[in-house]
Amino acid sequence: MHIPDGFLNSGTSGSLIVAAVGFLSLAVSRVRQGFFEKVRTATLATPEGAEFGSTTVAKLTSYGRNKMFRMAVVGAFVFAAQMVDFPVVHGTSGHLLGGVLAAILLGPWAGMLVIAAVLAVQSLMFADGGLVALGANIINMGVIGAVGGYYAYRFLFKRIKKVLPAAFIAAWLSVVVAASVCAVELSVSGTENLAQSFSAMAGIHALIGLGEGLITVMVLIGLKHKEKNNE
Amino acid sequence: MNKKYIYLALIAFLIGGIVSLFASSSPDGLEKVAEDKGFIQTALDYPFQTLLPDYTFPVNNEYLATALAGTIGTVVVFLIILLAGKVLFPARPGAGT
Repeated sequence: MHIPDGFLNSGTSGSLIVAAVGFLSLAVSRVRQGFFEKVRTATLATPEGAEFGSTTVAKLTSYGRNKMFRMAVVGAFVFAAQMVDFPVVHGTSGHLLGGVLAAILLGPWAGMLVIAAVLAVQSLMFADGGLVALGANIINMGVIGAVGGYYAYRFLFKRIKKVLPAAFIAAWLSVVVAASVCAVELSVSGTENLAQSFSAMAGIHALIGLGEGLITVMVLIGLKHKEKNNE
Repeated sequence: MNKKYIYLALIAFLIGGIVSLFASSSPDGLEKVAEDKGFIQTALDYPFQTLLPDYTFPVNNEYLATALAGTIGTVVVFLIILLAGKVLFPARPGAGT
């Protein structure tokens, strides 16, 4: 679903670049909050425990260090998995988007950053997905795919109480919704009328989404993923 | 905890380097729609020459070309995210500024 340059007009691509930058900075600040702890250090202290001129500094926690490693691994996995296009119906293929998978494993904002990093490398290094369309692709697959998909997953998980069915449905939904939004962007750009592009995009991605759900569930099983209920 | 992720990293490299050879070469969902609806020709060429366009490493063997591109891409994504993490979330923020 990587939009090349030219499909979207400059107004649409431009606004989506601005939106993507906004979401990226929001994601960075949300992820940062979880990575640091405030540590009070006394500049002067007596053996009795009295402290003078103490300052608080933020310190990267071992959780943060660990999470960065996991983000890099999930990014590498999503990139690799996206290379494997699977056949859907005759003459059409699909591949994992990985938004819901990354978000379930890492949380919505870290998941979104990982997808954005994958999309940036794919565009800048492999010319997969346009440069001007990178904002649109980050919105569709990162923001809608990972953040939107994550909240769909949480909504479903609270009701079904089972990780795998909730993940499968959310993964499927994230692909169909991302494809539908892509159709809207195409129609706003005047490339194709909404009815045509919407039915075609949602239709084919309803099938591709099944693959998304399957791969997402397989990876979660492989990692023996369990939900902590404290979120 | 991290052990599982080390396995996931190894699987990622296997997929990027080997499983990627079995990828379908059919157009993806969006490309197919663009072909069917006749707006595929509105796609523009990428604005500059990228390192490995179309996931092809410049060697004569097409399998090797894909395997190398997949492996390099997987490694690059891994390193870029680690590097971005070091820059965005430095261990001692403010120490360098």
